[in-house]
Amino acid sequence: MSQLRSFCVVTLSLTLAAGAASAQGAVRVGVLHSLTGTMAISEITVANAAQLAIDEINAKGGVLGRTIEVVKEDGASDWPTFATKAEKLLTQDKVAAVFGGWTSASRKAMLPVFEKSGGLLFYPVQFEGNECSPNIIYTGAQPNQQALPALEWALGQGYRKIFLLGSDYVYPRTANLILKKHIAAKKATLSGEEYVALGGTEFSSVINKIKAARPDVIINTLNGDSNVSFFKQYQAAGYSAKTLPVISFSIAEQEAQAIGTGLLNGQYATWNYFQSLPNPANRKFVAAYQKKYGAGAAITDPMAHAYMDVYLWKAAVEKARSFDPKAVRRAIVGISMDSPLGKITVAPNGSLTQAVYTGLSGAGGQFKVVAQSKGVVKPEPYDALAFPGKTCP
Amino acid sequence: MKPSPGALVTLALLLILAFAPLYLGAYPLTLLGRVLALSVAAVGVTVVWGRAGILSLGQGLFFGLGGYALAMHLKLTATPPGDLPDFMVYNGVERLPWFWAPFASAPLTLLAVLTLPAAAAGLVAWLMFRRRITGVYVSIITQALLLAFVTWLNGAQGLTSGTNGITDFQTFLGIDLRSPGTTRGLYWVTLAAVALALGGTAALLRTPFGQVLTAIRDNENRTRFLGFNPAAFKIAAFMLGGLLAGVSGALYTLHLGTISPAMIGTAFSLELVVWVALGGRASLLGSAAGLVLGQLAKDRVSSAAPDAWLYVMGALFVLVVLVLPQGVAGLLARRPRAPQPPLQPAAPSPVPREVSDAL
Amino acid sequence: MDFTFIAGQLFTGLSVASILLLAALGLALSFGLMRVINMAHGEFLMVGGYLTYLAAQWAGPTLGDGYLWVAFPLAFLGSALLGAVMEFTVIRRLYGRPLDTLLATFGISLILQQAARHLFGSTGVPVTAPTWLSGALTVGDVTLPLVRLFVIALALAVLGGMWWLLNRSRFGMQVRAVNASREMAAALGVNTRALDLLVFALGAGVAGVAGVGLALIAPVNPTVGAAYIVNAFLVVVVGGVGSVLGGAAAAVLLGFVTALAEGFTSVSLAQAALLLLVVAFLQWKPRGLIPTTSRALEDA
Repeated sequence: MSQLRSFCVVTLSLTLAAGAASAQGAVRVGVLHSLTGTMAISEITVANAAQLAIDEINAKGGVLGRTIEVVKEDGASDWPTFATKAEKLLTQDKVAAVFGGWTSASRKAMLPVFEKSGGLLFYPVQFEGNECSPNIIYTGAQPNQQALPALEWALGQGYRKIFLLGSDYVYPRTANLILKKHIAAKKATLSGEEYVALGGTEFSSVINKIKAARPDVIINTLNGDSNVSFFKQYQAAGYSAKTLPVISFSIAEQEAQAIGTGLLNGQYATWNYFQSLPNPANRKFVAAYQKKYGAGAAITDPMAHAYMDVYLWKAAVEKARSFDPKAVRRAIVGISMDSPLGKITVAPNGSLTQAVYTGLSGAGGQFKVVAQSKGVVKPEPYDALAFPGKTCP
Repeated sequence: MKPSPGALVTLALLLILAFAPLYLGAYPLTLLGRVLALSVAAVGVTVVWGRAGILSLGQGLFFGLGGYALAMHLKLTATPPGDLPDFMVYNGVERLPWFWAPFASAPLTLLAVLTLPAAAAGLVAWLMFRRRITGVYVSIITQALLLAFVTWLNGAQGLTSGTNGITDFQTFLGIDLRSPGTTRGLYWVTLAAVALALGGTAALLRTPFGQVLTAIRDNENRTRFLGFNPAAFKIAAFMLGGLLAGVSGALYTLHLGTISPAMIGTAFSLELVVWVALGGRASLLGSAAGLVLGQLAKDRVSSAAPDAWLYVMGALFVLVVLVLPQGVAGLLARRPRAPQPPLQPAAPSPVPREVSDAL
Repeated sequence: MDFTFIAGQLFTGLSVASILLLAALGLALSFGLMRVINMAHGEFLMVGGYLTYLAAQWAGPTLGDGYLWVAFPLAFLGSALLGAVMEFTVIRRLYGRPLDTLLATFGISLILQQAARHLFGSTGVPVTAPTWLSGALTVGDVTLPLVRLFVIALALAVLGGMWWLLNRSRFGMQVRAVNASREMAAALGVNTRALDLLVFALGAGVAGVAGVGLALIAPVNPTVGAAYIVNAFLVVVVGGVGSVLGGAAAAVLLGFVTALAEGFTSVSLAQAALLLLVVAFLQWKPRGLIPTTSRALEDA
C-alpha cells in the first residue's frame, strides 16, 4: 500500500449532498423509470406519460394551489439502482409521491424503501399479484384483470388445447401457474409450457415442441424483443394467426410497431387499455401526447395507467386536503374517475376496478377491440384457486 | 513494523469516514454505506487481479453466494414459524427445499457467508488452475460460470424467487432492519469490515505469500522453475477474493434489503473490475477508493444526464486502459522514491512472447 | 417422442449451430489469430443488423426483396470500416495486454450500444425477410423453414470463404506466418502492422455479414449484440483458439447438445446446463477440440 497518496478527501466532498430547498410553494413528486438499459425501450414513454399529466395539471394551477415539481430519476434497468434512487427521492428530495417502476423485480427492490420511509409509490404496469403493500398503489392489471379474462375469451372461442409460452421470470411463471389451475378447472387441456431466458432469441426447439403438441392457441407472456424472434421464427415455420392464434399479455401498440405489423397481423392481446378506445378522455389524452411527443407516437396500457395515476394522486390529495402520503393513501380508496381506460375506481386494496379488453392486431400497430369484460372487474391480488385463503391484510 | 505512508492515509481516511453519520444526511449516509459494502469486493479483486494477475469476470458468483446465504436466513426469519417463504407458496412449492434448512440458524448462516463463497471460489480455481488454464480463458470461464448461476437463479423460481430476488426482510439477530438507527449501526459495521479487509489483506500481501503472488503475475513459468507451485498460490488468492466478495455480498444485501440475480450479473462483475482499474488495480486503498468514488460519481452523473452516462462509462473503460493502466493510485505513486513492480511483464530480457507481440 | 419431433430437433441443432458459427467466425480471426479479446464483437453483429435495416430502407423501394444483396456488401464494408477504426485507435496500442483489451473493448461496446440508441431509438428496428424466404420445405412431416436453410447456407459460405482465404491465398499465408512467429514474419518482409489492421477489419466485416443473417430471424436493437457474445467466445474456446475448422466443429457440437437438452428438458434449464458442460469440457481438453500446437512456453 506504499504507493498511496492523499487523493482521498474527494470521497467526502462527493458524498456531501446538496440538499437544495424546494422551490417556493411547489410540491415535489418523483418519476422513477429506466431511462437507460434494456428496460428503457418500455419505460421512457411511461415516464413521458406521467410528465404529460403533471404538465397538464400545472398548466391548470397545480394541486391545492401548489405547482408540481418533478424530480426525474433513472432506474437504469438495474434493481438496486431503483432502490437507491427511491431512497434518494424519499429522504433527500422529500417527494410527496413517486410514479415509477416496471418490472416486478424493480418493484420488489423498492418496496422495503417505501415501507421504511412511509412513502407512496404508484406502479402502472400489469403484474403477477401476490403482493399487497399499503405503500404501493398497483394500478396495472392484477392476474384476474388480464390473464384470466384472456383465458375465458379463448375458451369461449372454442380453443381447448392451450400452450403457455413465456420469458423466464416471475410474471409469466406466476401467471401461468394461475392459468394452469383454471385450465384444469375448466376441463381444458394444457398442451405444453415453455420458458425462454429473458432476451432469448432462439426458438427452434420451442416451435418444434409446439409442433409436436398441436395446441389450438398459444398464451404468450414473452417479454420485449424475444417476441420479435418468436414471431419471425413462428412465421417461418409456416404458422399464421389463422392456423395457430397467439394471445399476448406483453405486446401493446409500441411493441407491435417494433415487431412489425406484417408479423403480428391478426394476433390478439389483452389489456385494460388500447390506444383505439373511443372514449372522450382517451381521445384527449392521445391528442395531447402525440402533440408533445410526435404524431406517430404509440400509446400503450402502462402509459395510460401512468398518466391516470397522476390524476388519481391529485384527486386523492384534494380529497385529503393534504400531501401526507398516509392521508393520501387513506383518501384514495373509493375515488372514481372517467379516465382514458374508461370508468375506474380505486379498491380498498389499492388496485383499480377496471374493464378488460381483448384486441385484434391490425395496421400501424393498432388493436381493434373484439371483446370486453361485462362492466368492470374487481382486482384480486390473490387468485382464489391457486392461492386459497390468501387475502390482503 | 513501521507503518507505511499508505497505511497512515488509510487510517486517517477510515477515521474521517467513521464520523460520517455525524455530518452526513440520511440519504448520503445510506449511499456511502452501500458503496463501502461493495468496496470489500473491490479489495478482493485487487488480490486476485492486481496481485495474482487473474482477471475474474465472475466475482458476482461469489458475491451472490454470500448475499443469497444471508438473504435466505433473513427470509426464513421474516416468515412465521411453520410457514414457507411467500414466494415458494406462490410457486407451488410445498416443502422447504433441503438446502434452505440450515439457514434457519443464524450462526450457521454467518459461517456459510464466510465459508461458502470461499469454498466455491476454491473449487472453481482448482478446476481451472490445475489444468493451467490462464489469462483470457479464465475470464471467459468465470463469466460463463456466473452466467450459468444467474440463469439457474432465474429459472429455479420456486427455490430462489427467480428474477424478483429475495426480499421483504424484517429482522436480523433480533434487530429491526427498518428502523433508522439500524442504518447508522450497519454503516459502522460495514466500515469495520472495510477496515478489516484492507488491513488484513495488506498484512497478508506483505508476507512471502504476497511476494510469490506478484512473482506469478509477472512471470508464472519462472516462478514455477524456482520451485513454487503457482496453482496452489493462485487458488489461495482466488479463495481470498471469493471470501471478500461473499462478505461484500452479504453486507450489500443487508444495506439494500434485497438480493436478485440482476444485482450480481455480468454488468456488476465488469463494473467492479473497471472501478478497481480506475483506482489502481495493484493498490488496495486505490481500488477500494476507485469503487467508492466511481459508484458515487455514477449516482450523480446518471441522475443529471442519464443518456450521457453510458458514454462516460464506456469512455472511462477505454481511457483507463490506454492512459492510466495503473489507475489513479499508480499516477499518484509515480515518484522516484517508490519504485513499483511493473504491471505488465516489461523490459527485462528474455522477452516473453506476449511482450514481443507489442514491439 | 416421435420420429418427427426428433428429426425436428436435429434440424434445430443444425440451425443453432449455424447461428453460433456466424456469431463466432469473426472472432476466430480477431481472437483466434490475434489473441485480441473483442467484447465489442457482438456490436459488429448489431451494426450488420442495422445496416440491413438501412439497406431495406434505401434499396427496398426500388429493388424490393433484392435489398438483401445490397445489405451484404454494405454490412461487410460498414463493419470492416468500424473495425479498422477501432484497431487503429485502440487495439493497436494494447497488443500483448489481452486483459486490458478486454476492458477497453467492453467500453467500446457500451459506447456503440448507446450510439445505436441515439441514432435509431431504444426500440428495435423491424427487418423483414424477403418473401422468397418466407416459405418452408416439407420433408415428410418435418418443416424446414427456408430462412433457416438460408442462414445455414450463409454460415457454410462464410466458413468456406474464410477457410480458402486463410489456407489458400497469399494473404492467408502471411496471416499464418505472423501467427506462428511474428518476428520471423516481420524479418521476412511481412508488414505485420498492416496485416493486424486487415485481419481485425476482416473479422469485423465477417461479423457484419453474420449480422445480416441474424437480422432475418432475430431482432435488431441496441442490446442484441450482448445476446451472442458469450456463446461466441465459448465456441472459439471449445473449438480451439486459432482453428477455424475447430470453431465450426464446436458450433455443431454445441448446437446439437443445445437441441438435445432443449428437446428433452426445458429450454431455460438447457441454457445453464450447456454453460456448465462447456466448463467441464475444458477440464478434459483445455485447449479445445482442435488445438493449435506450439512449442512456445507462453502462448495465448
